[in-house]
Amino acid sequence: MRTKLFAVAVAALFAASPALAQQKLKIGFITTLSGPLGVIGKHMKDSVELALDHLNRKVGGLETEVVYGDDQAKPDVGLQVAKEMMQKDNVDIVAGIIWSNVMLAVVPAVTETGRIMVGTNAGASPLAGAQCNERYFSTSWNNDQSPEALGKYMQDQGINDVYVLAPNYQAGKDMVAGFKRYYKGRIVDEVYTRFGQTDYQAEITQLRSKSPKAVFVFYPGGMGIQFLKQYSEAGLRGTYPLYSVFTVDEISIPAIKHAALGQYEARFWSPDLKVPASQKYVADFQKKYGHLPVFYGAQSYDGILLIDSAVRAVKGKVKDTKGMIAAMRKANYDSIRGKFTFNVNHHPIQNFYLLKAVAGPAGKDPVLEIQQTVFKNHKDAYYKDCKMKW
Amino acid sequence: MPPLTLVFEQLLNGVQFGVMLFLMAAGLTLVFGIMNFVNLAHGSFYMIGAYLTLAAVQWSGNYIAGVVLGLAGTLLVGMLVEVVALRTLYARDHLDHVLATFGLILFFNELVAIIWGRTLLDFPRPEWLRGHVEIFAGSRYPFYRAVVILVGLAVGAGLWYVVTRTRLGMLIRAGASNRTMIAALGVNVRLLYTVVFGFGCALAGLAGLMAGPIYAVLPGMGEMILIQVFVVIVIGGLGSIRGAFVGALLVGIVDTLGRAFLRPLLATMISPTAADSAGPALASMLIYLLMALVLAVRPEGLFPSRGR
Repeated sequence: MRTKLFAVAVAALFAASPALAQQKLKIGFITTLSGPLGVIGKHMKDSVELALDHLNRKVGGLETEVVYGDDQAKPDVGLQVAKEMMQKDNVDIVAGIIWSNVMLAVVPAVTETGRIMVGTNAGASPLAGAQCNERYFSTSWNNDQSPEALGKYMQDQGINDVYVLAPNYQAGKDMVAGFKRYYKGRIVDEVYTRFGQTDYQAEITQLRSKSPKAVFVFYPGGMGIQFLKQYSEAGLRGTYPLYSVFTVDEISIPAIKHAALGQYEARFWSPDLKVPASQKYVADFQKKYGHLPVFYGAQSYDGILLIDSAVRAVKGKVKDTKGMIAAMRKANYDSIRGKFTFNVNHHPIQNFYLLKAVAGPAGKDPVLEIQQTVFKNHKDAYYKDCKMKW
Repeated sequence: MPPLTLVFEQLLNGVQFGVMLFLMAAGLTLVFGIMNFVNLAHGSFYMIGAYLTLAAVQWSGNYIAGVVLGLAGTLLVGMLVEVVALRTLYARDHLDHVLATFGLILFFNELVAIIWGRTLLDFPRPEWLRGHVEIFAGSRYPFYRAVVILVGLAVGAGLWYVVTRTRLGMLIRAGASNRTMIAALGVNVRLLYTVVFGFGCALAGLAGLMAGPIYAVLPGMGEMILIQVFVVIVIGGLGSIRGAFVGALLVGIVDTLGRAFLRPLLATMISPTAADSAGPALASMLIYLLMALVLAVRPEGLFPSRGR
């Protein structure tokens, strides 16, 4: 009886002084785990688990539990999952999220409770600009940056007469806008297709009739796989060089195999990046899951390491939000992209590389290989709209 | 005015897309016309056809053998589902059909994800189906797609023959008109239903296995095409194979030509920037506008089946 009373008293003490070091850390991780897009979420979840393995299941030295939530790629579901995590599971920090529209719904709901949100993929421009938030950090990029890098490369190469294809929705338009921010040459035609379209033969026939010098596309997920297969089937691969963003990656290559060969991508990271933290991540990921990781996973792994560095810095006092933010701003950890700094809007200032799909080891799928650095320490185009001062 | 060769090639693309839609729509409309059953899970059999064929091709190492096994497998799965799950639902109303078959969609998508994983699979075309045909000078049409058109048209002709010229077809037509009467005449309606349902599933499976090398093989692939298939059926007239054929070609051609030529056409009438935003939006609406138009003029569809 006496011990029980003692326990209650201790518990009451803890509740009364939230800035004390915690015994346990709870992280809510939201991604898409069901449906055709669930394969991306699986990569992210696997990478979070690998990060926990590397930290001996202790993030920032605290016993850690990660609660996974499935947003089904829908903003309303994502918001509901986030609220449930915060109210029912009492998570300290929320992380993850693939889609910009889900992110825009979840970030305000998390940050207004005083919690910190670590985005590990979606790069919605408002969050980098006017809607930046001191409790929101990104371990990925702003949407525009990858197409900017590709546009810059094509501009530098003097490539002219580019044919542009993208799905007809916000991100599609944003990617093309980012591309055109640095590419100033002639654009033969700019074609927007239905979101979720499966057959591109009509567009490919039109494209061939215009004989462009190069093609720029943004086709994420299943759309990219279908487009690339049909592009290759039509015999255009090699005839009209293809430059893409978020289209050829370690998820799509196993489904398209040789149809990926020779395609160009731009990205802040690739499994062959010569950074020790990245090499360790890639090697251990392959050992544990038997296939290559993809950038979605790398960013998620990175997100957990960022949280780890901050919790360590505040000595486990996770409720000390000011201390946590100050620690996170330092980005004092071994990131998979190498040493980097956060911009004023809490988005990384980082390099972007030109990648090319080349033949893999004998009998294996093609792999993406870094060709050159297009941008060194590249800042996004929106940070000037962010009023944060630090 | 775009060159004629380009228009012709886009027409071919439209026919090819239409033929795929037809294979899906034929099975769905057969089941609806004869059994008065709404099967939302028809797309699942498209997916099952693709997965089973891919597995059989990898196992046997022979494309043709794989196709035969895959089709037979889809037929069996379809008949099994009919016997196990759907038979008890015929007496209920359409809302229950929709609910139950929606459940089947979730079931099959998860089952496929458990067996083959969520990762998209590569379905390679056999060597002899690669390459191009030159229909006229300067046009390069993928050989595989040409074969898809031929197979689709052949299946269409075969279906026409079966439905109008054989005893089975006679039973199917009689069942569509008045099922109580043919049951009273001693026809085993239950067996007829199972066969028709399995047959419809095999047609969806054929569409799926032909789609595999062009599109992506992944859980849920069937739902992506299903909405357009419903448009085809509504345009063609519920329960009519002929309607499904005409509706499918119409939808395929209108959709393809709209995607290819609507924006350039608009640009000649309104400002290019306005055409840039209106063109793609209008092109993706085109088949629904077509459906609305057909419904306004002929509420029963182009070829309403007589029995209904």
